[in-house]
Amino acid sequence: MSAAAITPDLIAQHQLTPDEYQKIVSILGREPSYTELGIFSVMWSEHCSYKSSRLHLKKLPTRGKLVVQGPGENAGIIDIGQGYVIAFKIESHNHPSFIEPFQGAATGVGGILRDIFTMGARPVAVLDSLRFGRLDGSPNAARNRRILNGVVSGIAHYGNCFGVPTVGGECIFESCYDGNPLVNVFALGVCRKEDIFYAKAAGVGNPVIYVGARTGRDGIHGASMASAEFTEESKQKRPNVQVGDPFLEKLLLEACIEAMHTGAVVGIQDMGAAGLTCSTCEMGSRGSVGIEIELDRVPQRETGMTPYEIMLSESQERMLLVADKGREEEVFQVFRKWGLEASEIGVVTDDGKLRVKHHGKVVAEIPNRELADEAPLYDRPHTQPGRSAPLDSPGYASPNEETALLALLGSGDLCSKRWIWQQYDHLVRSATVAGPGAEAAVIRIKETGTSVAMSLDGNGRYSYLSPREGAMLAVAESCRNLSTAGAQPVAATNCLNFGNPERPEIMAQLVEAIEGLADACRFFDTPITGGNVSLYNETLGEGIYPTPVIGVVGLMPTAQPVSVAFQNPGRSVILLGGIGECDEREFGSTQYAKVIADRLWGTPPKLDLEREKRVQSAIREIVNAGLAESAHDLSDGGLAVALAECSFGSASVGARVDLDSDLPSHRMLFHEAPSRVLLSTAHPEKVAVIAARHGIDAPVVGVTIVSEVGVSQRGKKLIQCGIGTLKEAYEQALESHVR
Amino acid sequence: MKFGVIVFPGSNRDHDAAYALEHVLGQQVDLIWHDSSKLGAVDAVVLPGGFSYGDYLRCGAIAKFSPVMNAVKKFAADGGLVLGICNGFQILVEAGLLPGALIRNRGLQFICREVQLRAATTDSPFTCTASKDRVYRVPIAHGEGCYFADERTLDELEAEDRVAFRYVDNPNGSLRDIAGVLNRERNVMGMMPHPEDATEPLMGSCDGLVVFQSLLAAAVRA
Repeated sequence: MSAAAITPDLIAQHQLTPDEYQKIVSILGREPSYTELGIFSVMWSEHCSYKSSRLHLKKLPTRGKLVVQGPGENAGIIDIGQGYVIAFKIESHNHPSFIEPFQGAATGVGGILRDIFTMGARPVAVLDSLRFGRLDGSPNAARNRRILNGVVSGIAHYGNCFGVPTVGGECIFESCYDGNPLVNVFALGVCRKEDIFYAKAAGVGNPVIYVGARTGRDGIHGASMASAEFTEESKQKRPNVQVGDPFLEKLLLEACIEAMHTGAVVGIQDMGAAGLTCSTCEMGSRGSVGIEIELDRVPQRETGMTPYEIMLSESQERMLLVADKGREEEVFQVFRKWGLEASEIGVVTDDGKLRVKHHGKVVAEIPNRELADEAPLYDRPHTQPGRSAPLDSPGYASPNEETALLALLGSGDLCSKRWIWQQYDHLVRSATVAGPGAEAAVIRIKETGTSVAMSLDGNGRYSYLSPREGAMLAVAESCRNLSTAGAQPVAATNCLNFGNPERPEIMAQLVEAIEGLADACRFFDTPITGGNVSLYNETLGEGIYPTPVIGVVGLMPTAQPVSVAFQNPGRSVILLGGIGECDEREFGSTQYAKVIADRLWGTPPKLDLEREKRVQSAIREIVNAGLAESAHDLSDGGLAVALAECSFGSASVGARVDLDSDLPSHRMLFHEAPSRVLLSTAHPEKVAVIAARHGIDAPVVGVTIVSEVGVSQRGKKLIQCGIGTLKEAYEQALESHVR
Repeated sequence: MKFGVIVFPGSNRDHDAAYALEHVLGQQVDLIWHDSSKLGAVDAVVLPGGFSYGDYLRCGAIAKFSPVMNAVKKFAADGGLVLGICNGFQILVEAGLLPGALIRNRGLQFICREVQLRAATTDSPFTCTASKDRVYRVPIAHGEGCYFADERTLDELEAEDRVAFRYVDNPNGSLRDIAGVLNRERNVMGMMPHPEDATEPLMGSCDGLVVFQSLLAAAVRA
C-alpha cells in the first residue's frame, strides 16, 4: 500500500470536499488508503456521479411502452418490434477535445461505441453535435480552426476504421465556445431482444475477466479533469487524454458479440471514465455482489504501475466481463481467435465489497453500493438563469433581403457542412437511407425491414435567453425533423453542456433546461432513456451558453425518403403552419440577429406545443401518403434560408413565392418561429385536406421553377437570385474558412 | 454462384459485400476467415473494404501476409475470379496480384461521396455487361485511393486494355483517372469505389450491380 499520508491538501487535490471526505471515512469506518482515496475521487467526481444534476434529472420522463431499458445502464434500449431492439446514447467529450482535439474526439467516439456494444448491440450509426469558437473575426480563429480540424479528423479516424457510418449531426460556431468546444457523440446499435446484455455481475465464484488493451498510465483522472473548469494550466493535462485505437475496438466489438453468443457471459461492462474502478464497482453494485481482483493479473503496458494508477487508468478499448464458472475457456477461445488478450483477474464474491489486491495484499476494500450509488447528492442553490443580453433590440441596419440571404447562407452555422461530413464514411454497412444533409438521418434495419430516424438538435442562443424554452424548442425541432422525414418520434437521449454548477445562475440554467426537457419530452411522448451531463464548461471564468443537446430517435417503414430538395418545376409550394408570428424581441435570438446585427437579445421564438404536435402529425401523414415531393422544416435562418436549401438539389429546381404578411420583410423572411414545414407537392388539394383535418394553416405560397429563387411580399419583389449564386455562397463558405 | 468473402481483422465492408451478393443478387456467400489456408469450393473471391489489421504500417501491407492470401494467390493463378474492393484493392496491389500502388488522396483527406465512373473496357469478367456509353454512379470511401504507377506500367495497362474503370470526376488524384485495374490474365480486378454499396434503389444507386452481374454472366459463359 502506498505510504502517502492523507493530508487536507491531498484531499483537495482530489477535488473532494472535507464533507465528502468525512463521508468516505464513515463508509469505511476508517481513514482511506491512498488508492481508496483515488477510487472515491473518480467515482464521486461530477462526471461519474452526477452529484449536482442527479436531483433534477429525476424530473425527466424515462418510461414508455417501448422502453426496454431506461437510464442507469450503459445505454437506453427501445423495442422496435419483430423481436429487435435499438440501444442508443449521447455522450460528451468536451474537455479532452479542447486539450487534444484529435484524440479527444476519437476516444469520444470510441467510448460511446463501447457503451452500445457492451449491451450486446452492434453499432450501426453515429451522429455528432459539435460546437466551436468562430473561425472568422475572432482573435482565436487560428486555434479554433485547429480544434475543428483535429476534432473532425479524430471522429473520421475512429468511426471510419471501426466501420460505423457517421450519418448526421450539427456544427455551430459561436464565440462562447472559444475556450470550450463541445463534442457530443451519439451512437445507436441494434440487436435481438433476447441478446441484450447488462452490466451486472452475478454468481458468487464466477470469474471476472479483463479483455482488450493493456492498462497504461494514460487518462488517469480523466473523469476528474472533466469535472473542473479550465485554467491556463489545463494544457498540462494533455497526458490525461487517452489515445484511441479504432482497430482494436473493432476487434473488441466482434469478439464481444461472438463471446456473448456462446452463452458463457453473465455480464459485461466497458471501461470508460474511471476505468477499472468504475466497471468493477458498478457491476458489483448492480448485481448486489462483491468483486475481488488481483492487480498483478491485470495486463499492463508499463512496468512499475501502482495500484492507484492501475485502478484509475482510462486506457481505451478495455472491457470487463463476468463469465460462467467452468465455461471460461469458451470465452477465452473467442478472444484468442480475434487476437485479443483476455485474463482472469478476479472473482465474484458474496460480501458486496470491491476488494483490490496487489501482490496478494489488500490495497482497497470498499462497499460497492456506497461507492457506486451513494455518491454525495447536492441540491445546489439556483437563482435566476444568468444572462447579460438585453431584452429589447439594440437597433441594427437591415441590408436588402438578397444580400442578407447570401450572408446567412455563407455563415458558419448555416453553410454547407460538406467539408466535414465528406471526411466521414457515412455509407458503410449499406444501410444509410438518408445521410448527412438530410432532414433527419435514416438508417434501415435490414433484419426487420423498417427504418430508424435520428436527429440531434440544440440551440445555445435560444437556451441562453431562456434555458427552459431553449430546451423545449430543441426537443420540438428534433421531433419535427423526424416527422418531416416521415418518422414517429419514440424516445430521446440528452447531453447537457453547462458551465460551473457551483454558480447559482449557472445552476439555474441547468435546472430550467432539465425542466423544459422534461415537459417537452413528456408532451411528445419521447421518454429520455439515458444521456450525459457535462458541467464546468468554463475557461478562465468564461462560461459557454447553456447548451442542452437532444437526440431523438423515431421509427418508420423503410422507404425512399422524402427529399429536402425540390424535385420538379411546376409544383405547388406549401408553407405548412403558415408564415407565423415574430416580434422584435423574438427576432433577437435568430441567425439574422447573429450574422447581420451581430447581437443577441430578447427571447427565443414562441413555442405552442399543441400546435407543434398538430403540424408534426400533419406532415407525417402527408409524407407517408406520398403527397410531398420535398419537405423541409423551417429552423435556423427561417423561411428564406429554407427556400434556398430546398433549391440546392441536383435537379436545380427553385421556387417563386409571394408572401401575404404584415411583418417587416426582413423579419418575415428570417424569423425562426417553430412549427412550420416547407413542402412541394403535385397534389395541393389533398395536402390542404390533411392540413385542415389537423387544424393547421397550409397556404400555397408559390410554385417551383427552374434554376431560380424569387421571393416577393404582396407583389413587391424582395429576392430574385439564381440558384448557382446562392449555392456558391452556401457550399464554399466552410472550406474557405478552414483553409 | 458461390462467392467467398474474405474477413480480415478490421474488414468492415464484408457485411456489405455479403448482403449485396446474398440478398440483392441471390447468390451463395461463404465468409472466409483470414487464417484459413483453404478457400473451399467457391467460384469467385471478394476481398472487401475496411481497415485490415488497422491498415497500420501501410494499407494492405500486413494483410498480404495473411495465411488466406496464399490460397487467394493460388486461386488466382488457377484462373479463379478475384475482386478486390477498396481495402481489398490495396491488398491485391500489396500482394503483387495487381500492378501499381494506392497512395494518400491528393487532398490528404478521407473522402466519402458518390463519384461517376466509366467502364474503360468491357473485355473482362467484371465489366462484360457494362456499357462504355454511360456513366455509373458509385460511392467511394477512402483516404488512400490515389492510384499510382510509373509511366511504363500505366502505358502497359492502357496498351493491354487493363484499365477497368475510370473516374469522370477524379476525386483523389489517381493517375490517368484510374479507378480500377485488371491483371494480365483478366481474372483479378481491384477497384477503389464500392459497387456493393450501390446495389439497391435505397442506397441511392444501383449502378454497382454491373460488376456483379458481369461476374454472373461471365460464369454462365465459362
